Amino acid sequence: MKVVIDAELCQGQGRCFSIAPSIFDFDDLGSGFVIGDGTLSPETMDLARLAQANCPEHAIFIEESP
Amino acid sequence: MSTEAEAKRAVVDFATDWDHTDPTWVHDPYPIWEDLRERCPVAHTDRYAGGWFPTTHEMVSEIANDTEHFTSRMVVVTNNKFPPNAPPAPMGGAPPITSDPPFHRFARRLILPAFAPGPVNALEGQVRALCTKHLDALGDAKEFDAGSKYAQYISPGVIAKMLGFPEADEDLFRDFVHLVLDLVDLAPEERGPLFLPMAEYFNAQIEEHVARPREDFTSYLLNVEIDGKKLSLEHVRGTMVLTLVAGIDTTWSAIGSAIWHLAQHPEDRARLVHEPELLPVAIEEFLRYYAPVTMARLVKEDLDFHGCSMKKDDWVLVGFPAANRDPMVFKDADKFIIDRAVNRHAAFGLGIHRCVGSNLARMELRVAVEEFIQRYPQFELADPSGVTWAPGQVRGPRAIPLRVLA
Repeated sequence: MKVVIDAELCQGQGRCFSIAPSIFDFDDLGSGFVIGDGTLSPETMDLARLAQANCPEHAIFIEESP
Repeated sequence: MSTEAEAKRAVVDFATDWDHTDPTWVHDPYPIWEDLRERCPVAHTDRYAGGWFPTTHEMVSEIANDTEHFTSRMVVVTNNKFPPNAPPAPMGGAPPITSDPPFHRFARRLILPAFAPGPVNALEGQVRALCTKHLDALGDAKEFDAGSKYAQYISPGVIAKMLGFPEADEDLFRDFVHLVLDLVDLAPEERGPLFLPMAEYFNAQIEEHVARPREDFTSYLLNVEIDGKKLSLEHVRGTMVLTLVAGIDTTWSAIGSAIWHLAQHPEDRARLVHEPELLPVAIEEFLRYYAPVTMARLVKEDLDFHGCSMKKDDWVLVGFPAANRDPMVFKDADKFIIDRAVNRHAAFGLGIHRCVGSNLARMELRVAVEEFIQRYPQFELADPSGVTWAPGQVRGPRAIPLRVLA
């Protein structure tokens, strides 16, 4: 499973990188981005889902890896 | 109402005659919103030359994200939709909050870097020092007003430093904010002239920064070049006004509400004292439950909105605080749950106008609450009836008479 942020939907609310700083980071404009390729392990899955559930813009998606 | 002598007409039914400066609403708006959400859910008023108030999270989100049918040209509901000399759309008087796309994107990108988490986190020490200074000033007092002696001091100090304004002018800043956000129900001919001292103050600050540029946000705005062109003075002044007005009593209100809550809920206070790591989660619940800021839009063209015949230039009050209490989106929406883990609140707005200062506000709120409860682990309201609330679109306690316990 992989986590991605839809950059068009992200408004820089800042919730993801506060909740899960090991998975998300922020750029110079304060927008969130996924660290690395976003592949989730069983250990990081719950944290990614928690960040997803807190994003006010519904900009975080968790997808099946291809 | 044009003069204080004329009594304000009390609201009988908020569904057809809402007024966000009515004393009942100002005192406790939540039961009103809950009632409207079940009954309407879009309320209307003929006051302020006509406006609407949607109360569900779904509708608030829809309007916040619909820049095609709703303009941000004016975001504060007053009796004047067309003030003279106000810069028109797409810039508006206080870019980027009053700007529409595509200009909005340009105006916002200019200022986002200054409010990104990196630069904001670097200010934490300064905020903590400010909190400590004002707590020290309280000395051994066992009873004090946490609104006027603490909450109201934190954000003006930070914003003054950021803009490069003299910190000694703090009282003036609070006057400006009071004018822009609280004195909204004056007649246009009364409200207009009150802005003159504020305009003169900003012009003087601009002149001072032109003569002596320095490393602050004002000098940045004056000197930044886009495609070889500097910003218009109107743009610079508008963004300065926005930073000052939006950066002060919003955060001050959030800090005040948190302290007011903790004064009445010893169990929540104890948890924060004993589990400081819970603070970031608690801050999000303070923001959801006591969201201070409501923004407005104007309807661009006549529009049918879920059966409501909205007319061109009608106000729409975008109730983010009401959305935050919608039971369709939040479990136990009417309960404050200090460790609420899933909290998709809209306190900083939704869509392209997300509060630019949200990272700063959040940090100030966290540090101000943390320092306060560290100094005073136990306190209560000394006089619950002495608590007063700001009217209008920014909600927060102004006077919070506290008694320190133990």
